Amino acid sequence: MIFGEFVINTLSLGSLYALVALGLVFVYGILKLVNFAYGEYVMVAGYSMYILGAFTPVPWWVTMIVAVAMAALTSYLTELVAFRRVRQKSDNAALVTSFAVMVLLQNAVLLFVSPRARAVKLPSAFSESITILGVVTPLRNVLTIATTLVLLLGLTLLMKYTVLGIAMRAAADKFTTTRLMGVQANLVISFAFIISGFLAGVVSIFWVGRSASVDPLIGFTPLLIAFIATVIGGMNSLVGAVAGGYVYGLLFNILSITLPASMISYRDAFMFMIVILFLLLRPEGMIKGNYTEERVG
Amino acid sequence: MLTIKDLNASYGAITALHGLSLEVEEGELVALLGTNGAGKSTTLKSICGVLKPTSGTVTFLGEEITGKTPEAILRKGISLVPEGREIFTSLTVSENLRLGAFSSYNKKRYQADLEEMFELFPILKDRFNQPGGLLSGGEQQQLAIARALMSHPKLLMLDEPSLGLSPTLVNQIFDLIAKLRERGTTILLVEQNAERAVHLADRVYVLNTGNLEFAGTPDQLEKELDIADVYFGGDGEGHHEVTL
Repeated sequence: MIFGEFVINTLSLGSLYALVALGLVFVYGILKLVNFAYGEYVMVAGYSMYILGAFTPVPWWVTMIVAVAMAALTSYLTELVAFRRVRQKSDNAALVTSFAVMVLLQNAVLLFVSPRARAVKLPSAFSESITILGVVTPLRNVLTIATTLVLLLGLTLLMKYTVLGIAMRAAADKFTTTRLMGVQANLVISFAFIISGFLAGVVSIFWVGRSASVDPLIGFTPLLIAFIATVIGGMNSLVGAVAGGYVYGLLFNILSITLPASMISYRDAFMFMIVILFLLLRPEGMIKGNYTEERVG
Repeated sequence: MLTIKDLNASYGAITALHGLSLEVEEGELVALLGTNGAGKSTTLKSICGVLKPTSGTVTFLGEEITGKTPEAILRKGISLVPEGREIFTSLTVSENLRLGAFSSYNKKRYQADLEEMFELFPILKDRFNQPGGLLSGGEQQQLAIARALMSHPKLLMLDEPSLGLSPTLVNQIFDLIAKLRERGTTILLVEQNAERAVHLADRVYVLNTGNLEFAGTPDQLEKELDIADVYFGGDGEGHHEVTL
């Protein structure tokens, strides 16, 4: 059942990447800001899990809830303390600020915890395997897929049927006009950051779940993947980000099984080639989205 | 109701308004006229908080609102129908209207408000679940006005509502403005279609390159234009194209 294995692996990897990409695009959609500190929210959740697991007796599910909440809180606080102040100044100021936040958070962990990786205690479910339709697969693959489906459904309902969701979509389309409806700019922007951080926190659980360890640079790869997936899928559409995540997972797995063993270390090079092709041939991504490129001021 | 005093506004180094003073009384329809670049839209943007004036004051219902955020000013009761309509194209008509009621949502009143909008703009009922982007220009303009009315504004500001519409639709929009006025809505109307606007207005302001050129009633304006025609050799129909 090589094919069944491939399908489950691809869906699992794609789900994780879809969540990663979605978190980045939530903020980009409204602020038109690529938040380079995004990977650090993954890191913060990872270290929360490490600290709670190593120094407290709380059960694993409390650890996970706290970890996700910490990522969302960090994301909200970075908006409040850093981005809000430079938002009106210029796009470049916000971009540089996101680098600054990234460096600051990374160095805080280097300084106060350790530059070396720390082991994270995980529930046994993360190391178990199950058999589905004759395919033996790690249980966490199935958990990743299930969690992603639940979250995507929840977010879809939120964006479609709550007034806050409607306001978020409106703000991504025409920010100033949305304010003219009485929607507070700070409300939608804070909310975007909270969702972004929340998604980073969930991603962190499964990301850390693969290696059972966390290190100060753990956020870099998720950030890169989110960026690539959104370039493929489309920066201006939430659906595009999700689609980009799954396509990224698919391409990655196809390269993994088709490349000869001697070439496998060049897998990332092939991924970047695909990204460059996208930038050249279809810079708006697979799904164009109908959001305008209005600056938020 | 609305008092503007010595308002100056600029875009970067370019000054768009030079010490404008203007007043709108409750229940009035005031027309703000002028050519392209006269500062009409700038005035509206300064009132509703989209543009921060460099100096001067805007007072609404006895409270100074100069430099407040757009969302705060809307909550005071000023609603703008922006130039170019600015419909949320990816949102449905229903969602556009729901956002219009964002600041003052009241479950009981909402349904009644919708019914009222359907009566004023029957087309919106047919299009209720369609994306705003699929509406025609005239339909979008109606949606933009309905969306603004959903917040129960004390002052409704319309920026070029007839721009880009066919003559039939222009008539429709002006009929509608007349209807809103009869309902007692206070309106500040910016228009390039000066003749139609003057016809409806209680009072008229004319701007020219950021300076106030005329303030008074439509009758006074007509007299002044006739005099201008006499002195500067108009074609006797000056008020058509002095378009002020």
